Amino acid sequence: MQFSFHDSAINASSTSDLIPALRVKDLAFYYGSQKAIESVSMDIYQGQVTAIIGPSGCGKSTFLKALNRISELEGVVRVEGQVEFFGQDIYSRQVNLNRLRRQIGMVFQKPNPFPSSIYDNVAYGVRVFSRPNRVSLDETVESALRSAALWNEVKDNLSKSALGLSGGQQQRLCIARALAVKPKILLMDEPCSALDPIATMKIEELIDSLRHELTIAIVTHNMQQASRVSQYTAFFSTDESRIGQLVEFGATTQIFMAASQSRTRDYVQGRFG
Amino acid sequence: MTASPEPAKKSISRDMLQGVNLTGQEGNHSLVDQGFTWLVQGVSVSVVVILGWMSWVIFGQARPAIEQFGLGFLWTQNWDVNELVFGALPYIYGTLVSSAIALFIALPIGLAVAIVTSESFLPPWLRSPIAFIVELIAAIPSVIVGLWGIFVLIPFLQPIQQWLFQHFSWIPIFNSEPAGPSMLIAGIILAIMILPTIAAISRDVLIAIPKELRSASASLGATPWETTFRVLLPSAISGILGAAMLGLGRALGETMAVTMVIGNSDQISLSLLDPGNTIPALLANQFAEASDGLHIGALMYLALILFALTLIVNMIAIVMVKFLSANGQS
Repeated sequence: MQFSFHDSAINASSTSDLIPALRVKDLAFYYGSQKAIESVSMDIYQGQVTAIIGPSGCGKSTFLKALNRISELEGVVRVEGQVEFFGQDIYSRQVNLNRLRRQIGMVFQKPNPFPSSIYDNVAYGVRVFSRPNRVSLDETVESALRSAALWNEVKDNLSKSALGLSGGQQQRLCIARALAVKPKILLMDEPCSALDPIATMKIEELIDSLRHELTIAIVTHNMQQASRVSQYTAFFSTDESRIGQLVEFGATTQIFMAASQSRTRDYVQGRFG
Repeated sequence: MTASPEPAKKSISRDMLQGVNLTGQEGNHSLVDQGFTWLVQGVSVSVVVILGWMSWVIFGQARPAIEQFGLGFLWTQNWDVNELVFGALPYIYGTLVSSAIALFIALPIGLAVAIVTSESFLPPWLRSPIAFIVELIAAIPSVIVGLWGIFVLIPFLQPIQQWLFQHFSWIPIFNSEPAGPSMLIAGIILAIMILPTIAAISRDVLIAIPKELRSASASLGATPWETTFRVLLPSAISGILGAAMLGLGRALGETMAVTMVIGNSDQISLSLLDPGNTIPALLANQFAEASDGLHIGALMYLALILFALTLIVNMIAIVMVKFLSANGQS
């Protein structure tokens, strides 16, 4: 199988120069009493795109949702181990969930704009925790839409319903909405799985341009996509136990071209059984 | 890409046509299908026919009164069975006011129940029982609600009515000495009766909102309450309004419980502490002893007005729901 890599991935800086934005230490995650992932330790480096790949049911989405504690909306969850966000334990009792999620934003699998105008969608996060004046809010909305490469397409229709946009535009709107609250990290859970190839390409370009502003972790089914957009890759898999595990983590070129684990090699070359 | 050479065309042979048949009928399926279609169409049409028939009968019976009093019936106040002079205003007023009080009380409470039982503000083992018990209120026969109103609610609320009168009599709606039965109590009884309708429908509407919107809101740093007020209620507004209108429709038509607690007075009073009367209550009270054609006609005329009233409420509801849901999407 042929992979094309991102330029910056080919000469990826050695990890010692990088600052971990998130440091995951021996994480195990339970939905109720069901163990979903275990013993995951990896870093998500600041200013880099980290791809999380693996077969269905390997716990990669679960892992991602554990990083901003959004999984707690889905019921009773339990966590062992640690996730540190610039040195602070996000599962500590003192953590204000809403502040945490503002700093670690998320884009979901299916575009999920609110049933309101494009403007209100982008302004939502800002309005939730401050009372911005109109001018500064306008600026925030515009710059978020520009960052999400959507401004030119919607600037004349800001008051139109977001539900009238195409799927790809809706997803970029969701990215703009997440960017508007100026997060440090953006988690993307298969953001292109509901999109056509052209919309997918736009999102990939967008990920690349955002890399300079923030840290991105992206779960994807598409290995080509992982190789194109990321500098680091984590391969998750599962065995008979049905518990997801991190098999290998490393620079994207290394994972795709010279993986140290045979399971990783088999998976990236499409020989996964 | 190189163009592939055109494959040689072959003609369709006889063997290929074996078993290929698009016309004709398969066994007696079509008979059952056809019969069922007729049955379902017939039943649904009969509902419309019954509705039309009811309106026609009521209209026919009301005709003497319509000819006698005309539209003036709507704004005259006399109701004298001996003199055969009838005016509907006190009853229309009472119906509208008691229903409005009911909606005013039941909508916020019903919404609160819906929010608390649909979102994760309470542990699940507490949520479902609350929702279930509130819905159970709908199963109480209205005559029992009425009895409860007479024997429990009126004695319980009488001191409160007194207190309202003593301290707030400068407000027109509280400026009469309460005697027990009153418009206010009728409104409260109606509120209790329409609460389950509003709560149950609003709850279903809230539950039907995609989970993705909740996670989207949470991922932007919104608390559950902010999510409720900024995303869920606006998304559910058309359904909630529909629930409110259904509740209002039920309040307008409720007979038994209201008759028992409203005091059945034919006077229009601005004070909610005064007794009043409603159209259904009057119909229930007087129909059995009405013998004169004009008296029956006047009662039927009232029934027709009630009919029109509920029809208008429902039409407003439909228009509002359409308008609001169009606003969310355009």
